[in-house]
Amino acid sequence: MSPPKGNIVSNEDIIAGLGEIVEEVAGVAAADVTPEKSFTDDLDIDSLSMVEIAVQAEDKFGVKIPDDELANLKTVGDAVAYIEANKA
Amino acid sequence: MSPTKITRPVGSAGSRISGLGHFRPDTVVTNDDLGQIMDTNDEWIRSRVGIAERRFAGEDDTVISMGARASAKAIAEAGISPTDIDTVIVATCTLESPVPHAATQIAGALGIHAPGSFDINAACAGFCYGVAAADQAIRAGSSSTVLVVGSERLTAWTDPKDRATAIIFADGAGAVVITGSDESEIGPVVWGSDETHIDAIRIEGRNGTFFQEGQTVFRWATTRIGLVAIRAAQAAGVDLADVDALVTHQANLRIIDAIAKKVIAAGARPDIKVARDIVTSGNTSSASIPLALDRMRAAGEVSSGDVVLSVAFGAGLTYAGQVFLCP
Repeated sequence: MSPPKGNIVSNEDIIAGLGEIVEEVAGVAAADVTPEKSFTDDLDIDSLSMVEIAVQAEDKFGVKIPDDELANLKTVGDAVAYIEANKA
Repeated sequence: MSPTKITRPVGSAGSRISGLGHFRPDTVVTNDDLGQIMDTNDEWIRSRVGIAERRFAGEDDTVISMGARASAKAIAEAGISPTDIDTVIVATCTLESPVPHAATQIAGALGIHAPGSFDINAACAGFCYGVAAADQAIRAGSSSTVLVVGSERLTAWTDPKDRATAIIFADGAGAVVITGSDESEIGPVVWGSDETHIDAIRIEGRNGTFFQEGQTVFRWATTRIGLVAIRAAQAAGVDLADVDALVTHQANLRIIDAIAKKVIAAGARPDIKVARDIVTSGNTSSASIPLALDRMRAAGEVSSGDVVLSVAFGAGLTYAGQVFLCP
C-alpha cells in the first residue's frame, strides 16, 4: 500500500464519512468511530457488516475494497489510510 | 427437391401454477443443539444469518422421498391424477448419487407414466430455472402438465462441524404443478451467472463437503440480486407497486432484507410481504422458494392470485427470477 498522501482535512472527512456509514450499517454512534478503534473488538462489527460498510465506502469515496483487502482493515485508522491511498 | 420442412406444435398461450406442496423433515435442530457440537451459539447464529432452527432429514428422508412427498401434495392441490403429468423436472444439487437422475425416480414413486424427465443443477437458483423450463416447454407445445420439484438433502454434503456452513444448510422439498393457460400467470425468466465467482461455493471431489466464501457471496447477493428481481418484474410488464409478495431464495436473513430494501426503493410497496421462512427452515437451496411460499400461504400472508416476485441465487454463482401468480 502506498503511504497516505492526503492532508488532515481529507482524513477528517473520511473519518466523518466512515462514521456515518458505520452508524447506518451497525448502529454504532458516529462519534465512536475514531482511528484507534478496532472494528471487531471495539465496535462489535461482524464480518458481514464489514462487507456492507465496504460496499457503501466504495460508493462514497470512489475506491475499490476487495474482500481480501477488507480482511486487512482491522481498525478505523487502517480503513482511513486505505481509502486515502486508493480513492479516485 | 424441396428442403424438408419441420413442423411444430402450437403450444399453450401461457402457463400457470395450479398446485403447490412441500415436505419438511420432522427433525428440528435448534441453534443450541448446534452449540453442543461446535463453537457457536444462538445469538451468534441469529445475528449472522437470522436462523433460529432448521430441519434435518431423517435416515429415511432422501432427495427422492422428500421430493415425492412434496409432489403428492402439489398434485392433489392441482386436482389432477399423476398420470396427467407428462414432464417431470427436478432441481437438486445434493442427490445421493448422480445416476440415475432424480426426476424418473420421483415419477416412478408417484405413478407418473413415461414422462419427459430431467434434473437441473443450478444450485440454489434451481427452482426458478425449473419453473422457467416448464413454462417454456408448455408454451412451445412440448409438454402440457409439468411437475417441478426442488428437493435437497444439503446435510449429506455438509461437514457437521463447519461453522461456516453447518449452521445454515438444511433439508426439505417443495413442488409445483404447472399447466397451460390462456393468460400467462408466469412471467419471463431473467437468468444469468457470474463466472468470476465460480469457486465461491463449491464441493471439492467425491467425498468433499460444501465450502462457502461467506463474504464474497454476501457482497454479491446484497449488491446484485435486488436488480435481478427488479428486472424480472420489468420483463413481465408488472409494476413493482403491484407485487404482493417477494419470495427470494432463503440464504441469509440479512441478504433477504437487503434485496427487499432495493426492491422497495425501486417502487415496491413498503408493506410488501417478504418471505422469511429461513428463520425456521434454514437454507434448503432449490427447495427454499416453494417451502417459503407454502408457509406464507398457510399463514394467510398471500392468497391465490397474488402477484409473487421470486428470485433465487447460488453456487456458480447463478441466478434467476420471475413473476408468477400465487396458486
